[in-house]
Amino acid sequence: MVMRKRSFALTVYLVLLMLPIYWLINMSLKPNEEILGALTLYPHELTFQNYIKIFTTPDWYQGYINSIIYVGLNTVISLVTALPAAYAFSRYQFIGDKHFFFWLLTNLMAPPAVFLLPFFQLYSTFGLIDTHLAVALAHCLFNVPLAVWILEGFMRGVPKEIDETAYIDGYSFPRFFVLVFLPLIRSGIGVTAFFCFMFSWVELLLARTLTTTAAKPIGAVMTRTVSASGIDWGLLAAAGVLTIVPGAIVIWFVRNYMAKGFALGRV
Amino acid sequence: MSRIVLDQVAHSYLPHPQTEADWALREMEHVWEDGGAYALLGPSGCGKTTLLNVISGLLQPSQGRVMFDDTDVTALPPQQRNIAQVFQFPVIYDTMTVAENLAFPLNNRKFDKTYVKQRVEEVAQMLDLEGDLHKKGARLSADAKQKISLGRGLVRADVAAILFDEPLTVIDPQMKWQLRRKLKQIHEQTATTLVYVTHDQNEALTFADKVVVMYEGQVVQVGTPQELFERPSHTFVGYFIGSPGMNLLDCQLEGKEAVVNGGRVPLNEAAAQRAHNATGRLQLGIRPEFLSFDARGQNGLPVRVEQVDDLGNYQILTVRLGGELLKVKIAEDAEPPGEDGSLRFPPDWTRLYANGQLVG
Amino acid sequence: MDRWPDHKAWFLVLPVAVLVAFSAIIPLMTVVNYSLQDVLGGTYFFVGAEWFEQLLHSDALHGALQRQFIFSFTVLAIEMPLGVAIALALPRRGWQVSLCLVLVALPLLIPWNVVGTIWQIFGRSDIGLGGWTLNELGIAYNYTSNSVDAWLTIVVMEVWHWTPLVVLLAYAGLQAIPDAYYQAAKIDGASAWAVFRYIQLPKMRGVLTIALLLRFMDSFMIYTEPFVVTGGGPGNSTTFLSQYLTRLAVGQFDLGPAAAFSIIYFLIILVFCYVFYRALEGIGKGAP
Repeated sequence: MVMRKRSFALTVYLVLLMLPIYWLINMSLKPNEEILGALTLYPHELTFQNYIKIFTTPDWYQGYINSIIYVGLNTVISLVTALPAAYAFSRYQFIGDKHFFFWLLTNLMAPPAVFLLPFFQLYSTFGLIDTHLAVALAHCLFNVPLAVWILEGFMRGVPKEIDETAYIDGYSFPRFFVLVFLPLIRSGIGVTAFFCFMFSWVELLLARTLTTTAAKPIGAVMTRTVSASGIDWGLLAAAGVLTIVPGAIVIWFVRNYMAKGFALGRV
Repeated sequence: MSRIVLDQVAHSYLPHPQTEADWALREMEHVWEDGGAYALLGPSGCGKTTLLNVISGLLQPSQGRVMFDDTDVTALPPQQRNIAQVFQFPVIYDTMTVAENLAFPLNNRKFDKTYVKQRVEEVAQMLDLEGDLHKKGARLSADAKQKISLGRGLVRADVAAILFDEPLTVIDPQMKWQLRRKLKQIHEQTATTLVYVTHDQNEALTFADKVVVMYEGQVVQVGTPQELFERPSHTFVGYFIGSPGMNLLDCQLEGKEAVVNGGRVPLNEAAAQRAHNATGRLQLGIRPEFLSFDARGQNGLPVRVEQVDDLGNYQILTVRLGGELLKVKIAEDAEPPGEDGSLRFPPDWTRLYANGQLVG
Repeated sequence: MDRWPDHKAWFLVLPVAVLVAFSAIIPLMTVVNYSLQDVLGGTYFFVGAEWFEQLLHSDALHGALQRQFIFSFTVLAIEMPLGVAIALALPRRGWQVSLCLVLVALPLLIPWNVVGTIWQIFGRSDIGLGGWTLNELGIAYNYTSNSVDAWLTIVVMEVWHWTPLVVLLAYAGLQAIPDAYYQAAKIDGASAWAVFRYIQLPKMRGVLTIALLLRFMDSFMIYTEPFVVTGGGPGNSTTFLSQYLTRLAVGQFDLGPAAAFSIIYFLIILVFCYVFYRALEGIGKGAP
């Protein structure tokens, strides 16, 4: 009885969770006349016109490519810098380690709005505005601390004896780190990459401010649907649906690690 | 307190068991007498924990009935069974104090406040926990935590039995010994039925009045430690109990003698008679302690000494008899063996097994 | 676990330190610099604490701050219990686990402006299922003109968007509880409530603190989603701190006040972060 009630509540929650997404998909498959006409629960005049337009207009699909480039770049930078740092925090005691760790965490909490203007000026000085690198670096503000945090949790779960044995066996530090240690925390790296991808993919405020045309993210391109003649709802919805797809694919790959990855932080 | 009867109980974790190996517990009849101290002994994966969970009600057996005295409790959940169980890893309610932990099983059953307080104090005294009663559970050491888990089992005066599932695995060796003694004392004081699961034969033999040996989902022998040692009813028991285990040799029967690798071993008349009626693979079993080794090679079958291990208060010889290796236990001060010698098999200690089962 | 004392470990941390210095310290210094100066035709004047004084007496800031706190506490009060309840209802093993987790996590992977778009559409009374249904039921609902409706829309959107994070964290905490605890509770005759109160809740304390920390910070910094849905309106009714700051900095280009405001904003968050961090440390020590 209790189980029945529970799964009923769960089903209701999942349906409510999916409803707005369903509505977006529903709209993306309708022509604008049907959208603005009487409300229909499923597309009566099914059309892929909105999607075709996005895939054939360079301005549109370039937005997706830009987003994927800077997200990928950010994930790589975050992982490469965070891995040795997380190792240091999990294995060594050094001057100021606790303060530094806390300071890193505060960056995780910094409101992007605060950094908007200084970022713009800083990157202008270095001539980085409107490059993928600018957005990738800006997102490091919160992704690097996050990566250090998650990875440190995973690394602490690996016994120190493994390091000691490897050193006794004559491994140098870089060889040990790459050949022995990294394979041990594979799942941790996967989970971290997932989180870096996620937070970089969903952020728009910084991404939009630091780009103008060449590296413009899809989120900013979407504002093009608003014109003098009103909003092209179908196109907007189709663009929105397409931004959900990469996330959905990534979730599917890490689904088995997800619950575990969340639990391992520096607790 | 009550007598616990397992009537044709069997369990499989699969929905449709096909072969014998699909059954975690094969059909069994077994009685746990009221007030006994039992050890349930067997290797990992032999079904010990499954059997325990069937008794406590955490598992519903696929078939058969579980009876507490004359009551059929098969369908009852653990809450309604009056049974206590202590697990391998200490289970402690972190946010409660030690006293609250101990009182928890009683409070859940809405016992009277003054009675609960009195029981908690009694149990705390039994387990030497009086000083810790007001500490938070989370701050205690592993053995103190396990004592509290134990205490939660003892606090209920009405339980039919207390089941222990390898409770001392995470405890330091020194504490292990103390806690086991404590358990024995408690058993003497309260006369509650105790069932103690372990894969450690020393633990089983020192703790229990009766040892139940399990192997591949079956109970293969129930007996006192002495019976298990002297008359193992299954080759597995012979091999599993004792250090080193029983020597087992394939043999044929010729009259009143067993033929092993061409050598002849005399048998008891009765044993030989029963073995004649048995079918299947015939094995001769004898414990290393009962073999007598003669370094001059005058008595018994000729053997070659392969290895000598001095274990301080006795020596273990590994000797070759034809194609087979045997272990022999000899006294520390015995004559140092040369390369050759001979073995004598005392007929009273020589057992015969057909398809693993004792025949004589 | 004892760690090896070795100050050379700083070399391993160096890349992160450099990177974060570049993306945090230098920008922050610029902000501090601006907050103390005024710009007139390209020349800078030192104005000391003037911007801070001006801001601390600004009604617009007080309004935004007040709305921000009410908003953050409201969504936390809904998301935390709801997330825990959903996590308890999730199946513990079997193929359904993956399916449920993927569905639950989906909103987290949607770009924030698209989250805004989804609810902007869903809440409209002409083309959105949600708004249309409410109006059909006889409830006059319009988030663009009625500030209560706008508030409700933002809160519902936030709950929709972020409760999954709490669910996943709480679920991870539940998964980490060994079966023996549930078995012992059964033997001890504990009720479902007692199991929750004495086993599940204490074991989830760590992850729930993280959830609380992350959710508080993120809700406190909310910008994109309400910007897309309501643009801060009607009036200022859904203008939260980030909107206000962005308007000040980018819209009106008031660098001084914007910078001073940034610092106050950051300090508020820092204080909360510190409190949470200490709480986390305390839990870390209490655990066995």
